[in-house]
Amino acid sequence: MYFGLSQDQIMLQDSVGKFLENQAPLEAVRRFVDGETAIADGIEAGLVELGLPLMLLDEADGGLGMGLLEAALVQQSLGRYATPAAFIGRSALAPMALAALPAGDRRNQLLASFCAGDDRYAVALTEHTGTREGGGLSYADGQVSGRVSFVFDWSNASHILVPVAGQLLRIETAAATVTELTTIDRTRPTVTLDFQAVTAESLADGYELATQRLIDAARVLLAADSFGAAEMMLEKAVAYAKERQQFGRVIGSFQAVKHMCAEMTAALEPCRSLIWYAAYAHNTAPAEAPLMSRLAKARMSDVGRDVARSATEVHGGMGFTDLLGLHYWFKRIGMNRQWLGGPVQVRAEAARLQGWA
Amino acid sequence: MNLEFSPEYVEFRDTVRQFLTDYGDRAPSSSDRSFKSEARLGWQKLLIEHGYAARTIPAAYGGYGAEPDPLKARIIAEEFAAARLPGGLAGQGISMLVPTLLELGTEEQKQAYIPATLRGDMIWCQGYSEPGAGSDLASLRTSAVVDGDDFVINGQKIWTSTAQYADMMFCLVRTEPDAPKHQGISYLLFSMDTPGIEVRPLMTMTERAEFNEVFFTDVRVPTSQIVGQRGQGWQVANATLTHERGMLGDPDAALNRLNAIADLMQEESIDGECLMDNPVYRDRLIDLQSQVYAMKFNGMRLTTAAAHKQSAGMAGLIVKLQGCELNHQLAALAIDVMGEYGALFGRSPFLRDHGIWQTHYMFDLGLIIGGGSAQIQKNIISERGLGLPREPKPAK
Repeated sequence: MYFGLSQDQIMLQDSVGKFLENQAPLEAVRRFVDGETAIADGIEAGLVELGLPLMLLDEADGGLGMGLLEAALVQQSLGRYATPAAFIGRSALAPMALAALPAGDRRNQLLASFCAGDDRYAVALTEHTGTREGGGLSYADGQVSGRVSFVFDWSNASHILVPVAGQLLRIETAAATVTELTTIDRTRPTVTLDFQAVTAESLADGYELATQRLIDAARVLLAADSFGAAEMMLEKAVAYAKERQQFGRVIGSFQAVKHMCAEMTAALEPCRSLIWYAAYAHNTAPAEAPLMSRLAKARMSDVGRDVARSATEVHGGMGFTDLLGLHYWFKRIGMNRQWLGGPVQVRAEAARLQGWA
Repeated sequence: MNLEFSPEYVEFRDTVRQFLTDYGDRAPSSSDRSFKSEARLGWQKLLIEHGYAARTIPAAYGGYGAEPDPLKARIIAEEFAAARLPGGLAGQGISMLVPTLLELGTEEQKQAYIPATLRGDMIWCQGYSEPGAGSDLASLRTSAVVDGDDFVINGQKIWTSTAQYADMMFCLVRTEPDAPKHQGISYLLFSMDTPGIEVRPLMTMTERAEFNEVFFTDVRVPTSQIVGQRGQGWQVANATLTHERGMLGDPDAALNRLNAIADLMQEESIDGECLMDNPVYRDRLIDLQSQVYAMKFNGMRLTTAAAHKQSAGMAGLIVKLQGCELNHQLAALAIDVMGEYGALFGRSPFLRDHGIWQTHYMFDLGLIIGGGSAQIQKNIISERGLGLPREPKPAK
């Protein structure tokens, strides 16, 4: 029995962390937000060089044979640096979606193009966790119409993968009418896509279970992203509390401040283990994964909000300004909380799963 | 990450289960509240013989003599809990005094106290806290002055659980009144029958006397009854405080509580509406479920760290604060869903679950305060865990 990370997993997280520390400092986040999109391209290229898009594919499919736990560790690092680069949709959900296709030539072709970097995917799942204002797609006779929103990793995508009524559709992005959405989180641009009778390829029938597994995985990754972001905010708050002086003392010597830091720590630390388990269960105990993914998403959303708020407060007025850039993490956590269902919705789903509703 | 147990542990679990099947009928019944009933002492003897109590205490002192193995300890705790059978005797003598004597006691003290304590023949109470020395324990004032071959003790202790049943006390007293407060304390062992000791039960909000006050008036204790040197009592006591963490109850106690509340919510109706159909209660239940699982997995991390002799760091420091608060919140939900029945208590008609929820709610508040209050826990987390500075001492 070993509940913890292996040496390989620790090394993976360290190497991604070091890469992002160099390539995605706050200055880079700011430049990206100010319109220098090449920043994200450079970081994404680096992540590709680290082999990350291949991590979730089996070795037989040309991948590295890792699981959602490793992907969650990467996502945690991305959250730590509020990284403005594609990963969750393009390098985690897309390969999982393709790997779940029935065996055959088409699957092999698509995986080969993915591994070669020829196909660059965006992924849309929001209509499966909450459809509104005419959202959702209809598919018939090779043509798709309708709308999807809050798409993951839209920038530079060649195709979008979207599950529709038990099928997995692959649509060229050029066929979409794009409406950019402005969210609080400027580090991960997202869009609404409208389709009017455009050509789409159905890659699979009977894709319901695979769709649910994609949503489960996405929620674990969103929780991991918030964990990383919250951990960074807490570290920044503690560092600030050791430095900032008022009334002739560092503010971290006041119990009013240090107890806030302790409360954040006490709430956050168990989330690490919950996220680890939810990710591990996805591959190793799949029957538990739907519940654990929801519990992790819901709990991390609430703890993330509290940490984002308290860590900002510890910084006093400076936390509220743009000067420290803390708000990038605050907003990233805020976006993750809403994406694919806020905590109350996700808990209601968890209750239904257990026959309690 | 590998949650499978290796064959050695699977086999060990089978052995424990077989033992419980074969011998479970010899366990004392839950209505047996006597400390030294024949059934209780017999069960303890049986458990020690099979290595399910006093497992890592050397056989020379009446233990089983196994190497420490946190995974086996956890398996034992899990299996006894699953079989709803009492494990080995706990209590402060076994969990705190015995490890301290093993580390710091003289050979005479070990022989005199460890085997009898393990057997359950000798019950101990802990004399640490005083009315004026709670969180600031080192400011304690109960004095012990040398007179001939004896210490003469005067003063008062409080929060002394089991003092009314205990045979012996391990006690912190001030022997060097002029030394700095941490360096003037000594650690003494004495019989509760010593003349001059008066025990008064301390009723708490649960309507039970869970604690006592203990008064000392010219209590004479031979100077040989000291553990460690004069003035070193603080270090001796801290050796036992670290052992306090070694106590292992049911690792899934909080999960069992959560499931009991879920059962209650499914079985009970108010105005014809099943409690589980109330979306607000249900949301709180699932929220607590997410926290219970988070703490369960955090606990598995701690077990893993212990098994590999690694520090669990922050994951360990937060357990007391988070765990006690979570249990308290669980009890609060159970009370809330029951409406007016939630206020029933004692042996009242219409009482649900034997009234455990109000008792838990109150008793768990005691646990939030006792054993290092929540505020002290936050100091520990922020100072030891996060490296934040201590509160500066006020200028004198």
